Amino acid sequence: MEKKYAITVDDLTVAYNYKPVLWDIDLAIPEGVLMAIVGPNGAGKSTLIKSILGIIKPIAGSVKIFGKPYKKQHQEVAYVPQKGSVDWDFPTTALDVVMMGTYGSLGWIKRPGQKEKKAALEALEKVGMLSFKSRQISQLSGGQQQRIFLARALVQNASIYLMDEPFQGVDATTEKAIINILKELRKAGKTLIVVHHDLQTVPEYFDWVTFLNVKKIATGPVKDIFNDGNLTKTYGINYKVSVQE
Amino acid sequence: MGITEYIDLLFTDYTLQTVTLGTAVLGALCGMLGSFAVLRKQSLLGDAISHAALPGIAIAFLITETKNSNALLIGALISGLIGAFWIRGIVKNTHLKSDTALGLILSLFFGFGMLLLTFIQKMPNANQAGLNKYLFGQAATLVSSDVWTMCFIAGLSLLVLLVFWKEFKLLLFDADYAKSLGFNIKFLDVLITFFIVLCIVIGLQAVGVVLMSAMLLAPAAAARQWTNSLGVMVLLAAIFGSFSGVLGTAISASSSNLSTGPVIVLIAAVFVLFSFVFSPKRGLLFREIRYWNNRNDLQLHKTLAFMYNIAKTHKNKEHPHTVKILNNFQGFTKKSLQKLEDREYIKVNKSMWSLTEKGFDKASNLYNQLENNE
Repeated sequence: MEKKYAITVDDLTVAYNYKPVLWDIDLAIPEGVLMAIVGPNGAGKSTLIKSILGIIKPIAGSVKIFGKPYKKQHQEVAYVPQKGSVDWDFPTTALDVVMMGTYGSLGWIKRPGQKEKKAALEALEKVGMLSFKSRQISQLSGGQQQRIFLARALVQNASIYLMDEPFQGVDATTEKAIINILKELRKAGKTLIVVHHDLQTVPEYFDWVTFLNVKKIATGPVKDIFNDGNLTKTYGINYKVSVQE
Repeated sequence: MGITEYIDLLFTDYTLQTVTLGTAVLGALCGMLGSFAVLRKQSLLGDAISHAALPGIAIAFLITETKNSNALLIGALISGLIGAFWIRGIVKNTHLKSDTALGLILSLFFGFGMLLLTFIQKMPNANQAGLNKYLFGQAATLVSSDVWTMCFIAGLSLLVLLVFWKEFKLLLFDADYAKSLGFNIKFLDVLITFFIVLCIVIGLQAVGVVLMSAMLLAPAAAARQWTNSLGVMVLLAAIFGSFSGVLGTAISASSSNLSTGPVIVLIAAVFVLFSFVFSPKRGLLFREIRYWNNRNDLQLHKTLAFMYNIAKTHKNKEHPHTVKILNNFQGFTKKSLQKLEDREYIKVNKSMWSLTEKGFDKASNLYNQLENNE
C-alpha cells in the first residue's frame, strides 16, 4: 500500500552564515499525523518549519506539499508562528488579527467581508476567546495571544498546520485547551506539525515524532522511536524520560 | 503681524497660499507614510534616506546646471533609493545590524553630498546660490508647480495605501505569516519603501535634509498615542502632520526671521509632547492618575476587608463596632473612613461603624474580582 505524504523534504540544507543550521534533512510526513518536532535549542526546529513554508530559502534541497512546491499549495498550509515573533503593541484588535487568516484565500487587494468576519468569530469561539474580540492585542495575556494565533490558523481551514512552540508560556488550562483542539483537527484528517519542548508530554499529546539536531536523528511513530536512545542522540546527554503508558 | 493680519494675507497673498497648501499636503503625506515607517520599526530609515538624497541633488545640479526643482527631485529620488536599497542589502548580506547600516549610509552619502556642495559653491557659475536651502529647507521657495507635484504624489500614495491596505497591514504586523499566505512581501516592501523615499524627497525643499525625518516620525508617534486602530492612526497622523505644516508656516510668516522647516518640526514636536502626556490610554498623566487611584483603592479595600472579617463573626452583618477596634490596623485614617462612607460601604455613627449591605457584598467579592481582572 502506498502511503500518502503531506510533506516530503529532500536533502534540505540551510545555513545563515557559514555554519549549517539544517544539514541534509530527509523527511516524509504521512497525512493525518499529529507530529512533534523535538530537539535542543539551536537544533533548527523553527528553521525547518520556516523552510517548509518557503520563508527561508535553503541552500540545497526541496520541499513538497502533497507532491507540489509550496508556492502552489499555500492554501493547504496554515502557520502558527512563535508568539514572540511579532510586536503585540501593534494597533489592532484580536478579531482583526484572526481575520488575517482569511487574507490568503482572499488573495491580493480584495477586502474581507461578512463571510470572513463570521469565520473569524467562529474561530475565536473555538479557542474560547470570543469575549475578547474587541480587545487591543497588547492587553491580552501570553496564553490569550497564543490562542489568537491558533484561531488565525484555524480560519485558514487548511489541511496542514505548522506550529512553532504553541505551548510556550501558556498555563496548564490553555495547554489542555490547545491540545484538545489539535487532537480534534487530527480526527478531522488534518496533518499537524508542532515544535515542542516538553518531552514529558510527547507520548500523551502526539502520535508521531521527529528528533532534530541540525541533522535528522529519527522520525516515526512515538510508540516505536520515542526512547532514551534517540533522546540521548538528540540532546547529547544521557537522557531518561519516564514514559507513562 | 497679528493673527487677523495673517488670515487676511492668507486670502490675498498668492505666495502664502501656495506655501501653506504645500506644507499642509506635505505634512499629511509624511504623517500617512510615517505611520508605516514607525510601525515597521524603521524610524531611522527616514533620516538615512533624507541624508542620502543630498548627493543626488548636487549631481543633478551638476548635470543640468539649473535649479529646476523637478530635475533636482529626480536626482534626490535616485540617490535616496540607492541609499535605501544599499541599507537593505547590507543588513541582508552582512553581519551588520540595521542601526550600523543606517549610520554608515547616512554619513557616507551626506559626506559625499557636502563635498559636492562645497565643490559647486566654488564653481564660476552665478546659478549655484541657494542649493544650501536643501540642508535646512526653505518653504518660501515653493512654487505652485512644486505644490502640484506634492498633491499628485500624495494622491498616488493614498491610492496605493488604500488598494494594498490589507497587504500592508499584514506585512507590518507579521511579515513571515504574510509570506506563508502566499503574498509577495518583497514587492510590498519595495513598494512601501519607494513611497517613503518619494515622500522624503519631495519634502526636502521645504523642510531640509536634516529635519526631514522628524516630519516623518513626529506625527505618527503622536497619533499612536490616541488610538488602537491602524486606520485611525494613519488618519490622525495625516491630520497632525498637516496642522504642523499649516501652523508652522503661519508662525514663520508672522515673524519674518523664523525659517519654516524648523518651526514646522517644532510644532510637530509639540503634538508629540502633548500626546505623550495627555492621551487618555497611553499618556503619562493618566497613567500616573490611574496608578494613584489604584493605590488608594487598594488601601480602602484593605480597610474594608479588615472590617469584613470582623463583621463576618456576627450574625447581623450591620452590627455596629467601635472605631477603636480598627486602631491595631494601620490601613485606616479618618479620611479613608469618610471615603468608605461616601461610597456607602459603611455607616459611621459617632465612634461606631457598621458595614452596609453594599459594603458587605463588595468586601466578600473583593478577591474574586481581583481574579476576574487578571
